[in-house]
Amino acid sequence: MAEDVPVIEVQELTKSFNGKTVVDKLSLRVAPGEIYGFLGPNGSGKTTFIRMLCGLLRPDSGTGVCLGFDIQKESEKIKPHVGYMAQRFSLYEDLSVLENLNFMGRIYGLQQLKTLVDESIQRMGLARFANQLAGTLSGGWKQRLALATCLLHQPRLLLLDEPTAGVDPKARRDFWDDIYRLSEQGVTSLISTHYMDEAERCHRLAYLSYGKLLAAGTADQVIAASGLTSWSVFGSNVHRLAARLKGVAGVEQVVPFGNTLHVSGHDADKLARGLQPFMAEEYRWQKTEANLEEVFISLMQDRGVQ
Amino acid sequence: MRRDRVTFAMMIGIPIMQMVVFGFAINSDPKHLPTVIVAADHTSYSRSIVSAMQNSGYFQIVKTVASEAEADLLIEEGEAQFVVTIPEGFSRRLVRGEQPALLLTADATDPSATSNALAAFRIFTETALSRDLDGPLRYLRRSGPPLNVVVHARFNPEGIMQYNIVPGLMGVVLTMTLVIITALAITRERERGTMENLLSTPVRPMEVMLGKIVPYIIVGYLQMSVILLAARYLFHVPIMGNLLLLLLVSLPFITANLGVGLTFSTLARNQLQAVQMAFFFFLPSILLSGFMFPFRGMPPWAQRVGEVLPLTHYLRIVRGIILKGNTLPQIFPNLWPIGVFLLVALTVGLTRYHRTLD
Repeated sequence: MAEDVPVIEVQELTKSFNGKTVVDKLSLRVAPGEIYGFLGPNGSGKTTFIRMLCGLLRPDSGTGVCLGFDIQKESEKIKPHVGYMAQRFSLYEDLSVLENLNFMGRIYGLQQLKTLVDESIQRMGLARFANQLAGTLSGGWKQRLALATCLLHQPRLLLLDEPTAGVDPKARRDFWDDIYRLSEQGVTSLISTHYMDEAERCHRLAYLSYGKLLAAGTADQVIAASGLTSWSVFGSNVHRLAARLKGVAGVEQVVPFGNTLHVSGHDADKLARGLQPFMAEEYRWQKTEANLEEVFISLMQDRGVQ
Repeated sequence: MRRDRVTFAMMIGIPIMQMVVFGFAINSDPKHLPTVIVAADHTSYSRSIVSAMQNSGYFQIVKTVASEAEADLLIEEGEAQFVVTIPEGFSRRLVRGEQPALLLTADATDPSATSNALAAFRIFTETALSRDLDGPLRYLRRSGPPLNVVVHARFNPEGIMQYNIVPGLMGVVLTMTLVIITALAITRERERGTMENLLSTPVRPMEVMLGKIVPYIIVGYLQMSVILLAARYLFHVPIMGNLLLLLLVSLPFITANLGVGLTFSTLARNQLQAVQMAFFFFLPSILLSGFMFPFRGMPPWAQRVGEVLPLTHYLRIVRGIILKGNTLPQIFPNLWPIGVFLLVALTVGLTRYHRTLD
């Protein structure tokens, strides 16, 4: 497949439930091998969008191509090449790890199933749980099993809906290692998440709010596009300062990070003027780049104002 | 309660359904049972017997046929409950005081449906004839009963209730378990979230349906085998017909029940609702099918409801094959309604099954 042919390309995709628009004219482009992060507050339409891509939901309007197939008409042709991992654990809890893998493998009609399942179990480190019931696995291992099953048929596109929610840091690291390895092999991933550190690991990001795409691009692009100016404040009693800074003209966000404070706002001049009186005090001020979290919180606040 | 309408409907619907069924539909003393007359003797005496039968309320003459073979066929097919044979020369022998035989053949597969009618028959035929034997024939009244009523209770001469209940139980057990099991099958997938996973794979609705139905067909046959063995060796039910035929024609019945269960599972939002719906189907099935109470004792509207239910027809097939030794042509009138029901249930189930989550 040529590098320039996108894996996902949708235009103005719209979906509403009972008159409430959940995904509103969303247009998106994902290149092959890319790890695409999908961010946004709860209820922003991330899950609905992912479900539309893999044929679980039918879009109300808009067009789109996924893996070269029309998402409106050819979802049956898309399904065999997509690995979908739902937000909730959706394998059979009363089947063992091995049985779940075998079952899903047979559903996809895989050849040499035994070899594939054995490899998958070895690669994902599931060997010692092979005969354990899936329902009795811990959260992290359930997630690993879910990933193993959705990789079994060697999909070209992974649609992962909050795959790391409630999973410990070690398991999350392992998970991301797998995603990077797959990305090198040319597998494209679309991952929704709430974790900022994961957002930073993605090649590209999209930020969704109330069904609308508010920002898209690489992390740097998203930060630059936000137009946020940030200051870091260091000192012994920054928390007391935080209370005083709230409400100062130009200050939109005051976020503590341990012993530092991040102060940010859209209007750089106004922010500098507002902060001037405080600069004289015993704190050390430094102008920094806004981080993703500040950008996203500011995007959320902007929506709230509208 | 407002959010869970099915439970609400159950709380209101079940008492109303029971009230209607038990209050209006059930009658353990069935009247107007279809009767066929084989009349080889056409005189005023035979006519008064016929009119006395009709006046009693128990018998409703539906047909008069010429030969006993024809009457036998009607009783085997279940078209007629009774056949009254008035033999040739009946009146002549009656007048001579020879106490001629009057043959009453009954389909006694369900003893409770026929016992009252049989008891009444002896009494009113004698009284009816006594009234006729007047004038010069008055002397005949004194010398015992003027005629000899011979009752021939076919298929279950001893009137053993188990012979009727145990084969019927097969249909009831299949209805109860299969509808509930399949109603739960898809609802459970949705409740546990596994449906989402299944829908994201390339499986087709038909494949999912078959996957849910085929294992339970085997379960259905296992249940049948257990009951058949019990019927044969525990209850000593005489098995007159071909068991292979029974197993074969059970397939549409089993599948029809599974189709109903699947339809329920696509309607119900959770497993509790699925069980409630299954119960809603099971209750009229057991009450209006003729399993617990004689079908012919019910008013016409209840019989019409009963005719829609697959269990009604299946009971007739099972009893027909086991007790009467019916063959395919004889059970066919009860086979096609099950087939129609099966088609409707599967079509509704398949169209209700969504490929997507919306």
